[in-house]
Parts: sequence; C-alpha cells; structure tokens
Amino acid sequence: MVIARILGLLAVVLVAAPAHAQITGNVIKIGVLNDQSRLYADITGQGSVLAARMAVEDAGGKVAGAPVEVVFADHQDKPDVGSSIVRQWIDRDGVDAVVDVPTSSVALAVSGVVREKNKVFLISGAASSDLSGKACSPNSVHWTYDTWALANGTGNAVVKAGGDTWFFLTADYAFGHALERDTSAVVKANGGKVLGAVRHPLETSDFSSFLLQAQASKAKVIGLANAGGDTINAIKQAAEFGIVKGGQKLAGLLIFITDIHSLGLKTAQGLQLTESFYWDLNDQTRAWSKKFAERHGGKMPTMVQAGVYAAVTHYLKALAQTKSDADGKAVVAKMKEMPTDDPLFGKGTVRADGRKIHPMYLFEVKAPEASKGPWDYYKMVRQIPAAEAFRPLDQGGCELVKK
Amino acid sequence: MFGIPPQALFGQLLLGLINGAFYAMLSLGLAVIFGLLNIINFAHGAQYMMGAFAAWFLLTHAGLGYWWALILAPLAVGLLGILLERTMLRRLYHLDHLYGLLLTFGLALVIQGLFQNQYGSSGQPYLIPAELQGGRNLGFMVLPNYRAWVVVLSLAVCLATWYVIERTKLGAYLRAATENPTLVRAFGVNVPRMITLTYGFGVGLAALAGVLAAPIYQVSPLMGADLIIVVFAVVVIGGMGSIMGAIVTGFALGLVEGLTKVFYPEASKTVIFVIMAVVLLLKPAGLFGRAS
Repeated sequence: MVIARILGLLAVVLVAAPAHAQITGNVIKIGVLNDQSRLYADITGQGSVLAARMAVEDAGGKVAGAPVEVVFADHQDKPDVGSSIVRQWIDRDGVDAVVDVPTSSVALAVSGVVREKNKVFLISGAASSDLSGKACSPNSVHWTYDTWALANGTGNAVVKAGGDTWFFLTADYAFGHALERDTSAVVKANGGKVLGAVRHPLETSDFSSFLLQAQASKAKVIGLANAGGDTINAIKQAAEFGIVKGGQKLAGLLIFITDIHSLGLKTAQGLQLTESFYWDLNDQTRAWSKKFAERHGGKMPTMVQAGVYAAVTHYLKALAQTKSDADGKAVVAKMKEMPTDDPLFGKGTVRADGRKIHPMYLFEVKAPEASKGPWDYYKMVRQIPAAEAFRPLDQGGCELVKK
Repeated sequence: MFGIPPQALFGQLLLGLINGAFYAMLSLGLAVIFGLLNIINFAHGAQYMMGAFAAWFLLTHAGLGYWWALILAPLAVGLLGILLERTMLRRLYHLDHLYGLLLTFGLALVIQGLFQNQYGSSGQPYLIPAELQGGRNLGFMVLPNYRAWVVVLSLAVCLATWYVIERTKLGAYLRAATENPTLVRAFGVNVPRMITLTYGFGVGLAALAGVLAAPIYQVSPLMGADLIIVVFAVVVIGGMGSIMGAIVTGFALGLVEGLTKVFYPEASKTVIFVIMAVVLLLKPAGLFGRAS
C-alpha cells in the first residue's frame, strides 16, 4: 500500500516535472526586500508585500504552469544586510526576482548581486537616478520614480514660481546626494542659484540646527532632499521656527502620501510635491486602492506600493511569454520589448536603460477645509507628460544605451 | 570663528542647550533608577515613547490637551512602571545587572513592536499648544516659545530631583537604602515600597520628556529607540548613577552635538560616541562617577 503510494507520487513528480522544466525549482519566487521596521516602513514595508501578493493573485497565482510565491525580508536600510539577504535568497531559496528595495544605497548594492547572479531586479522604492544611469544593469527595471523626475517636477515648478535661490537639507547617502545633484541642475538650468547645502545623517530627529543654517543663508527656497521620517521632522520643525512665515519656502522634493497623513493637513497644507501615482486619480486607481486599503488597515497605497504591484504584474506577463525564469536578462529584455499596461500607471514602456516611462503629477496638499475625507489630500496642479517626466535616454550615461 | 558668524554660533549653542534638556531629563531618570535600584533600565526609551503616545491618546480620544497630558501622561506611564517593577523587576534584584538589562531591553522591543504594528512608523501629529506657539526674535535667531519652555521646565525638574535626592531627608533614606537596605529597614522604613516608587518616578520622568517631545518630533514608535543609545552614552560619560553627572553631561553633550552640526554635520550622530570612547579611556568611571 505504502509502496504503491510512493510510486504514485514518484510518477506524478516525473510526469509533472517536464511540463515546466523551464521554471527553476518549479516555483516562481518573488522576494520583496525593504524597510520593515524603520523610517521607510510606512512608505514600503508590509504594504509593498501586500501589493506584490495582489499582483500575483490578479495574475491567477500561476505563470507558465508554475505557482508564484512571495517572500519578504527587512534590510534595515543597510546595504550589507540587503546584499547578504539577496545572496541567500538567490543561492539557497531560489528567489527569481527581487522587488522594491527603498534606500538607494541598498538598491545599488543589491543591483550588483542580482546582475552577478543573472536574476531580475524590479526597483520601486529606491530613487537614485543612477539606477538607470551610471549604475544601470541589464537585469533591472526602475519603475516608479527617480530623483531626476522629482527634481524636474517639484524643482521646476518652484523655480518657475520665482524661487530662484536654494539651500538644501540633504540626507547624507546615495539618494540624498543624487536628489540634491539633480535638483541643483534644474535650478541652475532655469537661471537660479544654489547658495549652499547641509548634509545630515539618515534618521535625524532634530533639524533645528540645520534649519537655522538654511534660514541664515537667506535662500528663497529650502529644498528638502530627504525622505520619510526625516522630511516629516524637518517640515514640522520648520513651522516651529517660523521659516515659512519669515518668507522662505519649503520644497519637499520627495514626499509620500503616508508622510502627509502623518503630518496632518494643518502642518502640510500648501506643500507642492511630485508623485507618479495617487489613489484618487481615476476609477481604476480608486478601485484598486480601495481593495488595497481594505487589506492594509485602511491605509491608502503610496506610489512605491503601487509601483510594486505594477512592476510585478508586468514581470509576470513577461514570464508568461518567455516561459523560463532561468535567464534574468532575457526576462528583462522581454519586459522592455512588451508595452506595459496596468490599472495604476496606465500604458507605458520600459526603456533600454531599464527606466519605466509614464506621466508624473505635480500635486499641492489641500487645506484642512478643502479635504472631504480621510486620505483626500491632493489637488492636482499639473500632469507632467511621460515624454517630459524622465531624463532623456542619452543623458544618463547608461552603458546599455550606447551600444 | 572658523567662518561662522558669532550670531549663528550663539543660535547653535542655544539649540544645543535645548536638545541637552532632553538628554538631561532622560539620563537623569536612568541615573536615578540605576543609582538607587541597580537596574540598567533599557526600557527607558520605550517609556519615553509611551509618554508621547499617552499625550496623543489623551488629545485624540479624551479631548484633553497638552497641559493635562503634562500631568496625566507621566502618572499613567509611571503606574505602568510600578506594575512592571512589582511583577518582574523585583525578582531580579539579587542577580547580576545583566538580567535587568536583558529584561528591560526585551520589554522595550516588545512595546515598540506593538506600537509600530498598530500605528506604523511615520508617527502621529501633535501640535504645539496654542499658548506656546510662535517665537521671539532674539536678533541672531528666532527662538520658538515652545523650545524655551522645554528648557525652563526640564531645568526645573532636573534641579528639583537633584535637590530631593541629595539634600532632603527622603533622599537620604533613599541613598542609605541602596547602601544598606537591612539597616534602613530596621529603622522602620518600608524599603521595597520606596524602591517601587523610585522606579515609578524614574519612568514618569521619561514619560514627561516624551510629552515635552511630542510637539517637536512626530509621536512615533521609533522615537525612543533613536534616542536611548545616545542617552546611555550620556549616562556613561557622566558616570553611571551620578545624578549631577547626568544633568551636567546631558546639557553639555547637547551643546557639543549642536556645534558638530555646524562644523561637520555628517558626524553629528557619532560625535557623542567618540567622546564616550575618549572618556572611558581616560576616566573609566565617567566624569562624575566614583570608582567603586
């Protein structure tokens, strides 16, 4: 009896195996790597894991006959932790694609590992425009946004509105430096001037000293080249020191909807910011976001979480075509070949340098009186068409472009 | 000096003093608890965070504003501390310091995890009370009224605590009880109750600092974890258990950190640990500590 059963099982395995021999380990594994516990946890975190799961469910849970599985880990914003997790994932657990990875320094490290192992890297959380520029990789797709797009969205709008002298408060790591560099370029290109910058450590809770230096610089605009908890604290404390009342303007170069939620409209009203996704854009984004919020404690998705959903969706579509996950480069090549189409970002393309192209939006945070309910925070100022939103292909210095 | 106009320098010194006020208040609580109970209270950061959350709860769920929170939050969190002392810490007094450290560290992680699970990491808004909004132009900087209030209040609390412990009869009992509990008990003093109340007081100090911090920083589950390591460095530099040491080094290190933010901002998170290393090399018991 027992022997018969074992033989039966063996038969099933033997018969089943050739059916998806192309899918390594007979399962497609997607690893969501991000900040689960620190200052970017609300922007990415479990919300990104949920978004990846929703993408898998919407794809039917199976691609090319193999089930799709989502795993996740916490990189604690540390490049060494991130790259060793990815090594283990790929070598031991058979992970095929690494998704999200906020914190540019970690993403740059992970990109190297993924390339070396020839897997796929779907970047949503990290912002440095180097990821599709100097540090581009045939194994990466940079989905949601980048520092160039942010600089051109918010930076442009602020300079054109008369804010032609700038002082930066910059988070002292790859992302902050890239954002400061890209925004400075925009300011200068528009005839403005950068009067100075101060680099603060990641996760600084007290910004008073830096704000005082910014105030003393007499710059018209104080550019916040940081994110998450750092931006929140800087905005909150700027109000305390009367910076805006004193005539200077704050430009949050990267602000997420969860940051606004946590600041409250009273403090955040009037801020201009650039995003590639907002839950209340159209019927499709509203429907998806509602489903997302139901499973995420009522919290609406950030653009990073939306990007995780869209990137995974496109990845699975490409896999359905290649029917093999063995060669990461080939899958990414397929992703670039196929036009993208998803409910959150609409129709778009993935460029040769791995940059996903779609429109960006310049929003202004509503005043408390203008907000009709929870999470009704943004008023659209301008849609930035896809052709303008991202750095032109030939300016990033990506080796894949030259040919 | 070094290309920094003197006016800006004064501004930075003042800000350093304000940050120092937080360090002083938190390290004072730690020093009281360590000096009198011999417990290295790693839950101090979590208790500071709970103080801030208590203020937020009072505001959003009970409609009680900042001034109520200033009294009620330390009381509530202090009571939780007393419960903790009665049920857990009490069993560890006869063991090595390490056990208390591990227990409180574990508790801090659990508390922080629970709050983060419930409220996320980016925090909850808490506005400066209407009476303290705005600021004064001092010529070299705008001093927010709220920050000035924080310095005044924490200086008052620190000095009052120091006075009670070092200069009153109650303080004398406390200090004697840590040296020789049996003898003090023989004089009819209820030593265990005194220790419980002392722990509750130390925890209350942490919570009070949390309420003071709430309008400046976000009310976030991570706020304690970010601060506790720095505060421990302050306590070590000042000398474990030294009340005056905690207060003076708290303010002094706030100043040093403020100056670092001007001259080399990238190092502002590490400078305190560099000082700690140097002090430990030269004076292992800390600046105000007595070598035992």
